[in-house]
Amino acid sequence: MQVLYGRHHVRVFRFGLRLVRNEQIAEDLISEVFLDVWRQAGKFEGRSAVSTWLLAITRFKALSALRRRKDAELDDEAANAIEDSSDDPEVSVQKKDTGEALRKCLTGLSAEHREIVDLVYYHEKSVEEVAQIVGIPENTVKTRLFYARKKLAELLKAAGIERGWP
Amino acid sequence: MMAMSKKMADEPGEIEMLLPWHAAGTLNARDARRVEEALARDPELARQYAVIREEYAETIHLNESLGAPSVRAMQKLFAAIDGEPERKPSAASRISGGISQFFAGLSPRTLAWSATAAAVALLLQAGIIGAVLMKGGQTYQTASLSVNERPATMTRELAAGGTPPRALVRFAPDAKMSDINSLLDSYQAVVVGGANGLFRLQFGSKSMSRDEVTGLMSKLRGEKIVSLAESAP
Repeated sequence: MQVLYGRHHVRVFRFGLRLVRNEQIAEDLISEVFLDVWRQAGKFEGRSAVSTWLLAITRFKALSALRRRKDAELDDEAANAIEDSSDDPEVSVQKKDTGEALRKCLTGLSAEHREIVDLVYYHEKSVEEVAQIVGIPENTVKTRLFYARKKLAELLKAAGIERGWP
Repeated sequence: MMAMSKKMADEPGEIEMLLPWHAAGTLNARDARRVEEALARDPELARQYAVIREEYAETIHLNESLGAPSVRAMQKLFAAIDGEPERKPSAASRISGGISQFFAGLSPRTLAWSATAAAVALLLQAGIIGAVLMKGGQTYQTASLSVNERPATMTRELAAGGTPPRALVRFAPDAKMSDINSLLDSYQAVVVGGANGLFRLQFGSKSMSRDEVTGLMSKLRGEKIVSLAESAP
């Protein structure tokens, strides 16, 4: 368990944190996730990567935690608590830091869009793996990421950044 | 081309939707080849791909900036595991087998042919053996992870050899998991139990003389991330 924890806990934590936007809750989540793994290790059938299984459990627990905190989806205050160290996108543009503006806009995506962007880009999950984790068809995975990217482009455009797409 | 691009922006084409996975390197060979061919002949698609590469890099940057959890999360986990009801031997055996299978299924992209995979498997075996010893002290069969991820079965008699030294250790509250892992590696130690913020560590695989154990405890107490270390049975 120690090895498993050591290898995966940071990514599990970051995935959970991006969903619940609260460090305390994200830390509680990882304990719950790995405790579930300890209890259910016998049920793991090896048909998917361990990390895919862990992220699916984390997502389920994060959504449960969000449901317990009814106002979490709209809780901008909580989001700011962990991500307010950077400038607003407009300010970043003035400073010509498009990277920072892009990161800020990434945090401004909806939970559904943040999740799919993170799974594909940061957690490097294939279409099939994202479908397993999120529980949606593979075609929906592809279109959801496409529209997440379009939304990101809109946010950047509103902040004054034109990237030539769409 | 412009009209086509406009249409593409509204209704994504099949290849266009695969671009993010191409950037992340998670497409299969066939799809990767299709995307490469499309990128070579369509400058609009190539421009969009450049935008995607930027998104990809900044998403990684953003996630990496989120930091890591404190040691409190690990302490809470091990305390919870310690509080779990004791399993019957058959259940423990099943779980041991499950974890072995579990590791045999580790992601090929992130682990395959990695030299560290073999080290992980060895540590895993030590961890499982230690955990099972705590629960009943029997002989178990575990699987080790080979470079091509096919488990090679081996059996170890746990009773063989002397008892390696153990210690109860409390880590400093601000200790990071990466520091703890480095310490465990440098001492060839594994966590075999824990409760209330104290971890029971086992060092190496051989017994030590009293003087060696005293020296080991003294060295441990000198570690910056260790706030308490006492020899324990």
